[in-house]
Parts: sequence; C-alpha cells; structure tokens
Amino acid sequence: MAAGGFISDDGRRALRSLLPPFVYAVFLMAIPLATVVVVSFQIRGAAASGEWLDGALPPPVAIALRVMVLLYAVTLPFAFVLVARGGNAGRISRFLLLAAPLWVAALWLSWSYLATLGFGFGNYASVFTDPINIRGAVRGGSWLPGLLPRSLFVSVAVTAATVILAYPIAYFISFRVAPENKSLWIFLITIPFWTSYLIRIFLWKVILGYSGVVNTALTGLGIIDEPLTFILYNVNAVIITLAHAYAPFAILPIYVALEKIDRSLKEAARDLGENRLHTFLRVTLPLSVPGIVAAVLIVFIPTIGDYVTPELVGGSGGLLIANRIQALFLQVNDPGLGSALSLVTMAAVGIVAGLFMLSLRRWLKRA
Amino acid sequence: MKPPSMKFPALRIYAIIYLLFLFAPIILLPIFAFNEGKIIAFPLTGFSTRWFETLWERPSLHSAVQSSLIIAVLTSIFATIFGIFAARGGAMANFPFKGGIIGFIMLPLVLPEIILAVALLVLVTKVLGLAPNLYTIVLAHTLMCTPYATSVLNGAFANLDASLEEAAMDLGESRWGAFRLVTLPLVMPGIISAMLISFIISLDEFIVAFFLSGNVTTLPVYIYGLRRQSDQLPIIMALGTILVALSIILLVAAEILRRRGLRRAGLEDAGGFL
Repeated sequence: MAAGGFISDDGRRALRSLLPPFVYAVFLMAIPLATVVVVSFQIRGAAASGEWLDGALPPPVAIALRVMVLLYAVTLPFAFVLVARGGNAGRISRFLLLAAPLWVAALWLSWSYLATLGFGFGNYASVFTDPINIRGAVRGGSWLPGLLPRSLFVSVAVTAATVILAYPIAYFISFRVAPENKSLWIFLITIPFWTSYLIRIFLWKVILGYSGVVNTALTGLGIIDEPLTFILYNVNAVIITLAHAYAPFAILPIYVALEKIDRSLKEAARDLGENRLHTFLRVTLPLSVPGIVAAVLIVFIPTIGDYVTPELVGGSGGLLIANRIQALFLQVNDPGLGSALSLVTMAAVGIVAGLFMLSLRRWLKRA
Repeated sequence: MKPPSMKFPALRIYAIIYLLFLFAPIILLPIFAFNEGKIIAFPLTGFSTRWFETLWERPSLHSAVQSSLIIAVLTSIFATIFGIFAARGGAMANFPFKGGIIGFIMLPLVLPEIILAVALLVLVTKVLGLAPNLYTIVLAHTLMCTPYATSVLNGAFANLDASLEEAAMDLGESRWGAFRLVTLPLVMPGIISAMLISFIISLDEFIVAFFLSGNVTTLPVYIYGLRRQSDQLPIIMALGTILVALSIILLVAAEILRRRGLRRAGLEDAGGFL
C-alpha cells in the first residue's frame, strides 16, 4: 500500500507530528491575516463601531458562530489525519468536505461583517491619496516624503549598514579563528541579541544623547568642542540602534555560507596566480552570496515592523510607517485604515525584496 | 604559510572594535545602575545600590513581573511542545508540501512584528470578541517562539538515528514507549534549551505584547511606560541589569545543555542557536 500511496507510511507519521504546530500557525496566522484583509475593505469611517457580527446577528447566534470557528480550528488536525489515513480514492473530495464548513463560516463571517459596516475601497484610497502615507508633501518649504517610502529607505539603509559591517566579522570567524574557538565567538556575538530589547534602546539613547557617553568622551578628549547633535533624535540614531539589534541575524547566515566554502578552492585560486583581493572577489564573495541574501532578507523584513526604536530614538522627524499603524489601531481607533496600510506595507516589503532577488539573479548570471 | 594571527591584523582589530560596539550597552548598563547620581552621564558620582532598593518598593512593578513570568512560563511550555512536534515531523521523513508546511510554521520569524500584532489584535477583538488579556499574549508569544524552539530542536532531532526508535519498537515497546524511553532522553538537552530560549524571548517581547495587553502590564510594557520620565532612568538601568544577568545565566545554561546534547549524540558542534 505504501508503495503506490500518495504519502508513505513514514511521511504520514511525520505529517501527523507536524499538524499541531501547523494548525496553530494557520489559526493564529492565516485566519488573522485574512481578517485584516476583510477589515481593510470596510467602508471608510465605519471603523469605530464595535465587534464583528454583533450588529447583524442576535448575540446567541454570534456566540455560536465563534464557538464553531474555535472548535473547528481545534479539531482540524484530527480531520486531516482522518483524510490522510484512507486510500487515495476520494481523498480530495473528503478533504473538501471537511474543509467546506470552515470556508462557509469564514465567508459568512466576512460577508456579515462587511454587510453591517458597508463595503468599500475607501481605506485603500486614503492610503494612496493622503500625503502622510505614501505621496509626501511640501511642508515649511522643504519636501517631506511619505512615511512608507521613508521607512523603506531607512530599512534599506539599516540592512546595508548591518550586512556590510557584519561581513568582515563572519569572514574573520570563518577563516581566521581557530576551529575550537569558533563556537565561543558565535556565542559571544549572540549574547547582545538576547538581552532586553527595550533596555538596549534606552541605553543607545544614553550613549548617543546630548550629554551622553559619546559626547562626553569626545569633548573630554578635546576632539570636539560642542556636543554632536546629529546622532540622536533623527534617522541616524534609528539606523545605529537597529544595526546593533540585528547584527547577529546578519552575521550568522553569512558565517554559515562561508563555512561551507571548500578551503581548497581559495588555495587553487592563489596557486593559479590570483592575488588576495582577486581571490576574495572572484571565489569567496560569489560563493557566499546565499548567506548574504539570507542576511539581507532576515534584516530587511522585520526592521520595517519596529515602532519602538523610531519612537524612542528617532525624534519627531524619525517616525516611521509602523508608528502610524500603531497609532491608527491604538490611538485613532481606525482599524480599517490601519489594516489597509499594514497590507500595503507588507506588499511593498515583498516587492522590494523581490526586486532585490531579481536583480541579484541577473547580476549573478552575468558574472 | 604564515601563522593566522600574522595574516590580517586589521581584521582582528576590526573584530574587537565590532565586539565593543555589540557589547557597549551591556557594559554600560551596570555602570549606571550602581551610579549614585540621578543623571545618566559621565562623570560618575559614586557607588550606590539605592536604585536596586527602590525596585522593592514598587507594587506595580511586582505585578508586571508576575504577569510576565506567568506568560513566559506558559509560552515556553507550549512553544516547546509545538517545537517538538514540528522538529520530529520535519526531521523524520519526506512527504508532499513538506517545505511549504515547515515554511509556514517558520513564517513568524520573518514577518514584520507590527503585522503580526495587528492581525492578532483584529482576531482577538473582532472575530473572537474577547478583550485582550494575559492569555491572548500567551497565544501570540507561543506563535512567535515556536519557530525558535523548532530550530533549536531541529538540531537535536536531525542528529537522532531514527533506527533507534524502530529497534525499541521491534523489541516490544509501544510507539509512545519507544519515544519516551529512547528519543526523549536523547533530545532532552534540546528541549530544555528550547524552553529557556522561548522563556527569554517571551519575557522580553514588547511590540506584540503592547497591542494585546489590555489591562495586563507585562514587564516590557511597564518599562516602556517609564520612557518619558527621565528621573526614572536609573531605576530602568537597575532593572535592566537584573534582567541582563538573568538572561546571560539562562543562555549559558542553554548553551552548555546544547553542547552536552551534541556530545551525547556524538556530533560536531555546528554553531549557535539561530
């Protein structure tokens, strides 16, 4: 049976192991993300009115629906195991049968929600027309770009700074440190990441401030007369703080890629008369590209979602898109616009990351 | 060949400067925590433990610590259980859509946290009609910590010889018995390590906790609340010193356990947690 089956015996056992975390992830990721999509299409300004469903249905029905969705999510793994257990025939139809109630419930919930509040593209229109989000505006005689392009720019700058600063360290650990000391170095590099995130930001404030550590040290040594002001409460401070926070995420993938490089390739290049720089540029660097790509993505994507660093060290001019989303949900109470803005931000991050991968692939092909 | 230290002294100097950059905040933290003065700046004004003493006199801080601990303990248990399932399933065999399924479990690792926070807030308040509370934070943190727990446990399970469990089953153990008596002891260091890491992440997480906290104040939310009061800064430093010391102790424990686990499985060390 196993030979001709869709899933092998081992595979089925493994699949059953994977189901609980997967269903948990679906329930807590896919369902919320779908909900955000629905909320983003509610009519502009209908935001503040209460909860899902409660306007459209009598409370007992609404409660029963919620219980059903919860129960369904909890029992879904068992349903999948049942599906996986039988033979091949009819598996797909059985799967659809089991999944159907979920789709019906989801569609009904979405429809009744939007039917109560009204459906519209107003939130998206607002995202694209309001100058604060994307378009930007002239304020006080100077051009003030929208929050989304500015956030993307900051994330790109943070990513570039982090990866460029991290590469030599990864190179150093991989090629210069004795093998028995490597894991100690890796451990040292990960320690700052595991120490309190908020307190780290507070400390950067202390280090970069007007009477902070850097300025007192530099004036004390007589290098500068006036404290530097360009290092706190602006975009530079955000970049420094984030480059510090994401350092291990950049170092580790590059290190792993460098470790995989066959050492004899470098020697061969040297034997064939390449100098050290050329060996690096033509052998080591291209072979470490997968690590660089992983580092870029793992730094770039999360940095756009941070609203604490901009708020604490960015000053009034350093606020970014995540601050706006946070304010829309927690202060302005406009979840419709907040959801639309979140989704547009996610799409923009995806597009920038995709363009990066595409141009890199083209460059690698040419090289 | 020249000895390694002679090759690129510039690189070694750069590495040391970089380590200084990485450790600057942690080195400064205790210095300011034990400083007498109210202003966080050099020159220092003398040694004092008074900031630590004030920590004892704050009931709001104590309740924040309590909720954070409850959340972190529950999160570490749930995330590790899910991590065991995921790592065992991922390491054991091939099946259709394996990459996609595992990728989906790992997704929270790279999703911008604000998106996660927004999505979970909408789910909790709109779909489930609940007010955000302690347990919604546990749900969210479990989701965020499961990928970390999974990647730690992946190392433990990938190194495991699947035939050991089969041998135990051939010798008459049930499937659960074989898992409990053979596999579990071998991956135990990985399990404890995964729990410690989930615990630290949950204890420290702010962005999502702030969205979902409702009336509950976790420790990071409490610290965030002090951001505008500059006279509270030394107290934050004292609190931070305790937290950093705690994290480092837990991390060293996790690292020792991870290495012991690798040694028990008779394997080369392949590097850190991530």
